[in-house]
Amino acid sequence: MNLVQTFSVALPEFILVAVALSLVLVAAFANSSESEASTLKLVRSLSLGGYGLAFLSLFMLPAGQVVLFNGLFAIDGFAIYMKGLALLGAFFASWLVSDGWGEGVDRAEFHLLVLMAVLGMLLMISAHDLIALYMGLELQSLPLYVIASMRTNSLRSSEAGLKYFLLGALSSGMLLYGASLVYGFAGSTAYADIATSLNDDVSVGLTVGMVFLLSGLAFKISAAPFHMWTPDVYEGAPTPVTALFAIVPKVAAMTLIMNVTYFAFSGISDQWSQILIALSVASMIVGATGAIMQQNIKRMLAYSSIAHMGYALAGLAAGSLEGAAGVVIYMTTYVFMGAGAFSIIMSLRRDDAPVERISDLSGLSSTHPLLAAGMMVVMFSMAGIPPLAGFFGKWYVFLAAVNAGLVPLAIIGVLTSVVGAFYYLRIIKLMYFEDADAPLDEGISRQNRLVLVASLAFIILFFLGIGQLSGVVGANIVAFF
Amino acid sequence: MISSGFFYLFALVTCLSGLMVISSRNPVHSVLFLILAFFNAAGLFILLNAEFLAMLLVVVYVGAVAVLFLFVVMMLDINFSELREGFQKYRPLGLVIGGILIAELIATFFEYSDMSTKLPAQQGVHNTRALGQVIYTDYIYLFQLAGLILLVAMVGAIALTLRRRSGVRRQVISEQNSRTRQETIRLAKVQSGKGAEETGQ
Repeated sequence: MNLVQTFSVALPEFILVAVALSLVLVAAFANSSESEASTLKLVRSLSLGGYGLAFLSLFMLPAGQVVLFNGLFAIDGFAIYMKGLALLGAFFASWLVSDGWGEGVDRAEFHLLVLMAVLGMLLMISAHDLIALYMGLELQSLPLYVIASMRTNSLRSSEAGLKYFLLGALSSGMLLYGASLVYGFAGSTAYADIATSLNDDVSVGLTVGMVFLLSGLAFKISAAPFHMWTPDVYEGAPTPVTALFAIVPKVAAMTLIMNVTYFAFSGISDQWSQILIALSVASMIVGATGAIMQQNIKRMLAYSSIAHMGYALAGLAAGSLEGAAGVVIYMTTYVFMGAGAFSIIMSLRRDDAPVERISDLSGLSSTHPLLAAGMMVVMFSMAGIPPLAGFFGKWYVFLAAVNAGLVPLAIIGVLTSVVGAFYYLRIIKLMYFEDADAPLDEGISRQNRLVLVASLAFIILFFLGIGQLSGVVGANIVAFF
Repeated sequence: MISSGFFYLFALVTCLSGLMVISSRNPVHSVLFLILAFFNAAGLFILLNAEFLAMLLVVVYVGAVAVLFLFVVMMLDINFSELREGFQKYRPLGLVIGGILIAELIATFFEYSDMSTKLPAQQGVHNTRALGQVIYTDYIYLFQLAGLILLVAMVGAIALTLRRRSGVRRQVISEQNSRTRQETIRLAKVQSGKGAEETGQ
């Protein structure tokens, strides 16, 4: 494969690398005090333009499976879809932070690091080899550790960054340990070779390696019992960073889990489906029960995201085409619900300071009727009320679980959804049936409004396009089976 | 015969110094034992005919990483006995988890029978050249990716630690370069017995 073909297949990645490297130069050479504002403006538009350009370039990629770089990097329809989702989420998250009210994180370095993290996510999605997987994962994680502690004068932000870093390093260690065992027993790190080596008798070593690998990956999607970091990091990190954490990285990590289970370890699906069922049940229960007592809205959304990952894993555990399609649809709705929720939270401030307590939302309907209505739609969608987007995500994964014979899993899922509905509905009750202690600031920035409108439109009108979407998703992931 | 003797020597010293790293009371001693462990691991690599990795281990880990550790340990002045206070409390849990891990490792060790087939093929070149051939051709993607990760680490470290303080006089190189002789040098005729200031030019 010659150079031009390589560029044309890995075009989105090359675009992001080029933009990131030029951001380094722009930030380094234009950063004198008088031009700081204009530099920041340039950096913002460069990074947003980079995401947009990379997104557009996805449409120029070849449709079939192409393997590059000596079998380390592969794209296919599924990878392109997930890359599009990750880029869209990254665009939303970066767009939200650029409203000039970024809690001190809206700096050139922030945009550069987010760009690098998104590049890491794209590489994770395309990883076709355990080493490429690990390198992509680190390229994604390192910038996220840094931006979690970006507000260096805040103790909570530093604590969040440190906690995230230490636990992330531990999970990387587990993942590497598992990868080394897999390499030792399969004789190769390439997914395709691992899949081949599973054709003859499967050794215990490979299974143990796979368990460690999945544990490391489960940390990245914050599935229970590897979820300990999530509430603290979500709460401590500056809100724009939390928004990024909530919207994007899990898309890439979930894609990794799908690639590892459905492709590399497809031969021992009976082994990993047990693990995924356990992760799923634990996440659904922890997510639903943990959120009930929370007073901080970011903490509550952290538990809510743990529960969402549990529901998505339920579809994955089914191990069928239907289940995989369900997970992809679930992740799609998850990105938009996260973007919607955080565009609202980032618009709420009192005396120019961010509000984070759930009780601060009380009386929102009388002071900010539009925000309250938007929040109501997002909360109903997260709770899974038809005909909103969140309902269809849950519908597909539970249907797949039932069809695969995992009826108890689906029942637990439905029960925890009911428990989860309690805390989503509590927010709606606060907004509509209680009075505000003190009024929140007026106004909502243009960026927040646009993201909110886009995600609300997606959530409400999702049922119109669900047929086409599931067709597209099904056609793209059929290569797994 | 001799090489197996050396193997046991290096392996034994590596394991013992590894134990000393985690058990010695003085953190500086821990780092020194770590360096000893690195040296012996390098010896093991030489026995495997991997001279390049052995050199790398000595140059990078002993020469750079361990010295950095030493600086950090000496400068931070951490009271390690205070850090160890919770150790007794968590010992049972740690033992259980460690025991499970060891049991798994032993189980996998018994599974592992045929190692010879999984060694990379000899290419008839010495290992420095072989590594170079692989890294810059087959694995160029990973090599470049490692470069990007290091760039992220650098940007991240600077972003977290750089504080722009006000009231600090900074060097502005472009201004320095654009200064002309006329605006910076004043020639004064100094009369004997008087200072340059008093001549009043």
